[in-house]
Amino acid sequence: MKRQVDKSSPPSGFTPDAQSALERAGFSRRAFLQGTGALIVSFSSLGKAAAAGAQLSGSRKTPGPANIEVDKFGAHVTLGAPPPDQVDSWIAIGPDGRVTAYTGKTEIGQGMETAQIQLVAEELCVSFDSVHLIYCQTPITPDEGITSGSQSTPANFNHQNLAQAAATAREALLHLGARRLGVPATSLVARDGAIEVQNDAARKIGYGPLIAGKRFNLHIDPNAKRKPMSEWTILGTSAKRPDLPAIVTGRFEFVHNVRLPGMLHGQVVRPPEVGATVISVDEGSVTGMAGVVKVVVRKNFVGVVAQKPWQAIQAAKRLKVRWSSGTGLPSQANYYEHLRRQKSRDSMVVNSRDVPEKLAGAATVLKATYYHPFQMHGSMGTSCAVADVRGDHATIYSATQSVWPMRSTVAMVLGLDPKNINVLFRRGPGCYGLNGADTVTYDAAVLSQAAGKPVRIQLSRKDEMAWGENYGYPFVIDERAGLDAKGNIVAWDHEAWLATLGTRPFYDRPGNVPTGMLLGFDPMPFVPRSPAPEPSRYNNYDNFVPSYCVGRVGEKAEGTGTIESERALVHNVRSPFFTGPLRSPERLQNTFAQESFMDEMAAHVKADPVAFRLRHLSFPRLRDVVTAAAHAANWDGRPSPKPTISKTGIVSGRGMACVPYSATNGYVAMVAEVDVDQDSGRITVRRFVAAIDVGPISNPNGLKNQVEGGALQGMSRALGEEVTWDDRKVTSIDWATYHTLFLGIDVPKVDVVLLNRANVYATGAGEVGITVVAAAIGNAVFDATGARLREVPFTPERVKAALGLRA
Amino acid sequence: MSTITLKVNGTTHTLDLDPSTPLLYALSDDLGLRGPKFGCGLGECGACTVIVNGEATRSCVTPLNLVHGAEITTLEGIGTIEKPHPLQKAFIEEQAAQCGFCVNAVIMTAKALLDRNPKATDEDVRDALSNVLCRCFTHVRMIRAIHRARQEMAG
Repeated sequence: MKRQVDKSSPPSGFTPDAQSALERAGFSRRAFLQGTGALIVSFSSLGKAAAAGAQLSGSRKTPGPANIEVDKFGAHVTLGAPPPDQVDSWIAIGPDGRVTAYTGKTEIGQGMETAQIQLVAEELCVSFDSVHLIYCQTPITPDEGITSGSQSTPANFNHQNLAQAAATAREALLHLGARRLGVPATSLVARDGAIEVQNDAARKIGYGPLIAGKRFNLHIDPNAKRKPMSEWTILGTSAKRPDLPAIVTGRFEFVHNVRLPGMLHGQVVRPPEVGATVISVDEGSVTGMAGVVKVVVRKNFVGVVAQKPWQAIQAAKRLKVRWSSGTGLPSQANYYEHLRRQKSRDSMVVNSRDVPEKLAGAATVLKATYYHPFQMHGSMGTSCAVADVRGDHATIYSATQSVWPMRSTVAMVLGLDPKNINVLFRRGPGCYGLNGADTVTYDAAVLSQAAGKPVRIQLSRKDEMAWGENYGYPFVIDERAGLDAKGNIVAWDHEAWLATLGTRPFYDRPGNVPTGMLLGFDPMPFVPRSPAPEPSRYNNYDNFVPSYCVGRVGEKAEGTGTIESERALVHNVRSPFFTGPLRSPERLQNTFAQESFMDEMAAHVKADPVAFRLRHLSFPRLRDVVTAAAHAANWDGRPSPKPTISKTGIVSGRGMACVPYSATNGYVAMVAEVDVDQDSGRITVRRFVAAIDVGPISNPNGLKNQVEGGALQGMSRALGEEVTWDDRKVTSIDWATYHTLFLGIDVPKVDVVLLNRANVYATGAGEVGITVVAAAIGNAVFDATGARLREVPFTPERVKAALGLRA
Repeated sequence: MSTITLKVNGTTHTLDLDPSTPLLYALSDDLGLRGPKFGCGLGECGACTVIVNGEATRSCVTPLNLVHGAEITTLEGIGTIEKPHPLQKAFIEEQAAQCGFCVNAVIMTAKALLDRNPKATDEDVRDALSNVLCRCFTHVRMIRAIHRARQEMAG
């Protein structure tokens, strides 16, 4: 009963981004096999699920033997996961007709709970309110890997997984109804939770009596008919989020609110400097403190457990730990130059091999270098987890985006068999990628194992920022392009340096996040390689490829751009800090460079930035968002900068940027309108206008929410956010030292144009909007002032420096 | 340890706690309330905001001995799922949340402001929110929700 795996598609759990990042990092098939070889197929236990408080509707037995699917990395471990090819793994209908849906894609504030309920309700022809969705509870939900990479909609809203399971269930109900009503299925309809005879609504039978609490016992039918958008009544509407009433009234259970009988509270003591190791711990220093239960030391992991959280915090502060001095850090002032000089692992993403000759023959060659810093997820709440490790079993409450992979890696951390571990997702603060949720899950697990009791831990703000999360990657990017005499781009050379250390732990690398490393697990190995081997295939969909070149080189010609000569070379350098996939990883930094450079080229040939983009774009969906955003913004078509610019006082301008996210996963164009105070260097964004196309829209209001949030989060990242450090340690450790935009700012207007499309794949929407923000703002500043910003964040000092460089 | 009396959402509780313990821990761990949250522990972000004697107060940096006997209101105390406060209702109507972790900060800060000054201007709202954080950046909707509630509360 093995699910067919398309060898060309990324395996479940690995987004295209993750896959290419793994390949670039040299993560080999062999290493993966070695890492996962010890894991054995087993059966899941429903008893545990019930104990964990999971709500089940209808009778549901332990799912059958799990399958292991061999993928291109070696193995996809699905230990006892409900088999994804079975309808019963996704859909259950109770005797009362209420529907319980199970999914492996979680809610992290992006609205995925609401949209998935809409999907199930639509395909099953029941009301929104009659569907209860259970997400990411390892004992009972299918293993869909990680909720990341804007892959939840692609995974569950197209012709597979949750969508296809619901469609199959509806068809099965029609056939059951045909038998019960003695009418051919073709003359029946599913409506409002019942199967009824067409044109004779009095003859009908409800789903409850029809299935009578039994299982479907069916494979997902790839040919089950999905409802076309023209028939949607629930999908495509702005259904309200079912979680908000509890959230806004303080009734909602975040992971922070999980309370277990006999639960203790932990706190950790992190190294004072990067690279510092434990020499000794004086447990006596906390002896006699009120409530202290235990001091826990494992390699470089140090923590305390106490009766109450405040007691644990006080004890962690008081505990005397001798640390070695750290390894020292490269100077932040020269970090970007430092990056260029390090040993690197080089990857040639695309190479048409004719770039040097095309550049030599070009009428003009332009060059520019762009810089992007380490940035934080900086979640609103610090990370928290609750673990209950008893002997050889464990129950873990975690806000991880990866419950199944977490089950495997927390098993490694605890030295337990993964089949004895349940990971139960509970929501945390918005995470945007890889905040401290995974690392704190290890903290809780280790403390609970040592204490023999349930332990809750929530990190301090400093520990979250300096030793909790995996930062977004820093980048240095050299752009070089040749233009012909008519001002058309003939060749584009993109060379990037970025720094990485660790990433998600996936199924076998706890050392990819801080606590794992402190416990003695290694992060993903760094193997320098230079020069880069020539690409064995043309990876036009990689995050490093400019939109104007995407798909135009190699065997594929369905890309978005027109430029046929390109090279994209990446140098991956070892980072001193842990890094990970912060919202729009790589694509955001590369797009900042590419869309700013596009604007520089347009200015050089005195072309209108929108017209110049359209000249180099072939793909209709990307062209359409550019046109729609420009139209909605009442775009003033002319070259930038503005013809007459005052060099003092406040001036205003507009800028545009666009991107196909991961080449095919959503399309956005954004116009930013800014004021620049040339005396203070302060930028104020007045308005964003975004046009977005993510295929068929599940929930228009939810999509707008994502784009609005992406625009403003992108603005905060563009204007102020930067991780700072001195020669030994991270120094951005709270909201006074890591600069974000608070709610009291003069909030710009955000207008969002939604381009709804039927009959195309539903794509992700969480990351596409934020990707273009820094370039749109930088381009608007150039339009207003004639000064080009090439380093994020655009602090007043940097703006003033750029203004000073004007001719 | 010493005996502390807390009046929370109209109910009086007697707790045996170290008086230097910040109020937040008593509320979330001893009383099991879910509204106020730990965001930074430094009074910088607002996640822990409660209303003490009418003032928006950062409970993560307010020791228990300062609020002994005071009237404390949390997010749970201003409305219920069935009967939400106008601010809570407005947040639902505007769908003004993403992860929802900061909602306590925003609503409780706005409530203290509007209770004190029902005619608060946009400038007043911005001032009150100048040190309140939302890291999902749901700013547009949250400001809209506050304006909506302000209108309703003004009658």
